[in-house]
Amino acid sequence: MSKTTTALATFAALGVLAGAAQAEIRLGVSVSATGPAAFLGDPEAKTIEMLVEQLNEEGGINGEEIALTLYDDGGDPNKARTFATRLVEDDEVVAIIGGSTTGTTMSILSVAEDEGIPFISLAGAISIIDPVREYVFKTPHTDRMACEKIFTDMQAQGITKIGMISGTDGFGASMQAQCKEVAGEHGIEILADETYGPQDADMTPQLTRIRNTGGVQAVLNPGFGQGPAIVTRNVAQLGFEIPLYQSHGVASDAFIELAGAEAAEGLRLPGTALLIADKLAEDDAQYEVVTTYTEAYKARYDQEVSTFGGYAHDAFALIVDAITRAGDSEDPQAIRDALEATDGLVGTTGTYSFSPEDHLGLDLSAFRMLEIKDGDWLPVE
Amino acid sequence: MDALLQFLFSGLTVGAVYALVALGFTIIYNASDVVNFAQGEFVMLGGMITVFAFEAGLPLPLAAVVAILITSAIGVALNKLAIEPARGAPVVSLIIITIGASIVIRGATQLVFDKQLHRFPSFSGDDPIHVLGATILPQSLWVIGGALAVFVGLWIFFTLTLTGKAVLATANNRVAAQLVGINTGWVMTLSFGLSAAIGAFAGVLVTPITLVGYDVGVALALKGFAAAMLGGMGNPKGALVGGLLLGCFEALTAGYLSSQYKEAVAFIVILGVLFVMPQGLFGSKSTERV
Repeated sequence: MSKTTTALATFAALGVLAGAAQAEIRLGVSVSATGPAAFLGDPEAKTIEMLVEQLNEEGGINGEEIALTLYDDGGDPNKARTFATRLVEDDEVVAIIGGSTTGTTMSILSVAEDEGIPFISLAGAISIIDPVREYVFKTPHTDRMACEKIFTDMQAQGITKIGMISGTDGFGASMQAQCKEVAGEHGIEILADETYGPQDADMTPQLTRIRNTGGVQAVLNPGFGQGPAIVTRNVAQLGFEIPLYQSHGVASDAFIELAGAEAAEGLRLPGTALLIADKLAEDDAQYEVVTTYTEAYKARYDQEVSTFGGYAHDAFALIVDAITRAGDSEDPQAIRDALEATDGLVGTTGTYSFSPEDHLGLDLSAFRMLEIKDGDWLPVE
Repeated sequence: MDALLQFLFSGLTVGAVYALVALGFTIIYNASDVVNFAQGEFVMLGGMITVFAFEAGLPLPLAAVVAILITSAIGVALNKLAIEPARGAPVVSLIIITIGASIVIRGATQLVFDKQLHRFPSFSGDDPIHVLGATILPQSLWVIGGALAVFVGLWIFFTLTLTGKAVLATANNRVAAQLVGINTGWVMTLSFGLSAAIGAFAGVLVTPITLVGYDVGVALALKGFAAAMLGGMGNPKGALVGGLLLGCFEALTAGYLSSQYKEAVAFIVILGVLFVMPQGLFGSKSTERV
């Protein structure tokens, strides 16, 4: 009995000592590094691991190193909830980054709200920050913003009647709904509204329907994964003479390769500065942050950066900035308050300025309209 | 009219993909009554290995041969390591083993290769062929031709060759087959190797159209299974016709009705057929159970 007590006391003392010896900032991450959303979560996990290492090598925040706890929820909302609870209760983190998909974000979100831990989501849906929740922030643009950006560009081209072909995956379906909601505000009429399954191999029937709908002046394809690449190839196969717009869901160099440069020629989509890192003007506000991140990531992993890794980069930068300004790495409430006061933080996605009414903090200028030209991205503004 | 032709071209392209997967099911089913749900993974492996061999510098035809050989070796290994040790287990257990194997193969592919989508160039370029106002890609013709070639090959194998008949005999009655001197263990090994090779061949043909990633196998296996059920499990003719019909149902529904109902209509048709003819369109009537 006394032996057990002594042992317990020793462990407790060790624990206290360990805690005291490394004054550290405990940061929690749950992303989908494997599973169906791995192409989102994998670069996100890699980005955060790299940035934490860099920061700790440089001496941390106000002299305190970051202790990172990273979980892989595999895209499963139930696992994400378990990990979020564990992050809060066992790992005692002061902030959480994660939720690669809208589904996992929603799980983490409720834990963060209940426990009062600031949480930065990496998922797209507008419902994450609308209505505003006290502890929840997010870095990616919403799909509604993507629709608005595309419709603004269409308006400038004099396009008023379009056909839509959307993926039935979560991303495609959500963006389809958002686009239909805001189309009217931009004077756009959706004449044809088709869908395809995320693993479909041929979309020519749907596209033929769109082509045979009188008056369609452009095609818009919300979706990600293989679908948009196949749609792009099918559009070329059918010899469409009207412009094709894709969403930010395919904003990566791999997309051009999959769709084929020839088929993708002239295609337009809203993307981030990250995609055109090598074409940014040196006086561009985002030039430095984008180039630094791109070079570091490439050197470390021998892979190209993706927009999704960029979301994680920005979330991490926001947390670091907030903790620095809060001056207190132990109090989640202080960090949350500092986060909400973020003003003009330049990230890879855009420039963030949060307010009590806005926990996304980006405007349409964060999106850049890009066109594929000779197998490369060309800014068209 | 040109719209109908376009829908049919689309249906035949996709249907030929389903048919190739369904044809792969045929052999293992014929040898063992097992529906091998790792068949979709064989297709995926065929595409993935070709992509990486091609990117490593091998010419495309050689990369394809390498992929087919490696995949059939994996098929043989699956039989030796997972199916054979479970000899005597009920068919359902064996089917569950194949589902487990498909998960293992998917996981291993993620680790060995990556999680990205890939493709390699079409065999005869990407310029569409125009027929009466509709268009079809040359690669679609490769896929349809490939499905026909595999069908003819299997038809000959099962009806004209002694080995093929040995496979059928093994399925029918393993003990009796052994008694007449058929090496049933070897027949099983052959079946897995051959069906993996057919899967990989399908993967090589379809990757320029459908793209390949570590997780494309599941959907392919399900559609191929549906096609095989529609045509009649175990019958090459059924696999071919079932695949092409399923593809055409989907394309025509998407074209004339609504893309929302595409999958639903295809499966309603299959259910309808199975209610009327439970053995599928070309399946043999089952009379062995008394």
